[in-house]
Amino acid sequence: MDRFYWDSFKTFFRIGAFTIGGGYAMIPLIESEVVDRHRWLNREEFLDIIAIAQSCPGVFAINMSVFIGYKLRKLPGAICSTIGAALPSFVIILLLAMCFTTVQDNPVVESIFRGIRPAVVALIAAPTFSLAKSAKVRLSNCWIPIAGALAIWLMGVNPVWVIVVAGLGGYLYGRLIQPTEP
Amino acid sequence: MIFISLFITFFEIGLFGFGGGYGMLSLIQNEVVHNHHWMSTAEFTNIVAISQMTPGPIGINSATYCGFTAVKNAGMGTTCAVMGSATATLALVLPSFILMILIARLFLKYMKTPLVESIFSGLRPAVVGLLAAAALLLMNKENFGTFSQDPWRFCISVALFLSTWVGVKVVRINPILMMAFAGFAGLLLLY
Repeated sequence: MDRFYWDSFKTFFRIGAFTIGGGYAMIPLIESEVVDRHRWLNREEFLDIIAIAQSCPGVFAINMSVFIGYKLRKLPGAICSTIGAALPSFVIILLLAMCFTTVQDNPVVESIFRGIRPAVVALIAAPTFSLAKSAKVRLSNCWIPIAGALAIWLMGVNPVWVIVVAGLGGYLYGRLIQPTEP
Repeated sequence: MIFISLFITFFEIGLFGFGGGYGMLSLIQNEVVHNHHWMSTAEFTNIVAISQMTPGPIGINSATYCGFTAVKNAGMGTTCAVMGSATATLALVLPSFILMILIARLFLKYMKTPLVESIFSGLRPAVVGLLAAAALLLMNKENFGTFSQDPWRFCISVALFLSTWVGVKVVRINPILMMAFAGFAGLLLLY
């Protein structure tokens, strides 16, 4: 039996179980496991996979695990690493959800969450600006996020449409307008 | 049938969820709160808080939790709710799974073409807008209270919002620690 399947399951299980904050917080851990420890990929391949996993839809850590698993052992490899990455979340959240539904109406718990909720809104709002920087939002294209946000917020537009229109707009811009620019 | 709509909803979220967990929150919120009315904004914000505080990707965490809560709120038992979690999580992962394998097999060479680049030149700024919209939609009376009804809670909420922003962005306190502080403040001041 190929040890890889068990190893990749274990590795991604550890990555899923020990990173709090998700997404980009996982990059250093995945790197140390996949590149330094197991040598499944070299650093250059790893950077390429990060770029692909980031530009694709879906959960970043899952995209990474599917790609790495598939690259090394095709479909069975992808299945092992993906289950490994998703399982810790699934189990931990289920246990919490079962407990939380019974205590959420407790006044102590409710007051704690009354304090936490505004903090969560700030945690979602704050990265907007750093994301804007890394997405290369400038004066010339800052209307795109602003229009998208207003359409969703005030007009109740489904965010999926904003994604579709933005992708289509980018495609048409690259196809029709950009070639005519000096 | 709630399981089928959970599957379709989270498959769609997985397919269009660009920009990682936070970008995905806007889609999840739109579907579970506004379209399907599976839960209130306050419940959704609690889920986001718990998803952030627990290990693992926030997208998977919130899908698992939303699946559980949606079925539970529909009046079904815990076993069904676990099935709801499994449905939502599987549906969220499936598009990633198919897409990444297709890219690994076929499209690797197309990933760096000018065409794909130009699509992403429109997508990336739009995801920033999605994140802003998620934050704006969560600034409502369920999460902050209203000034007329409960001025004390409203002022505390705004103060916690601002201090979390400053704490995370300026002082660079760990977000999880910051949420713990906010929870403690809630217990002291809003109990």
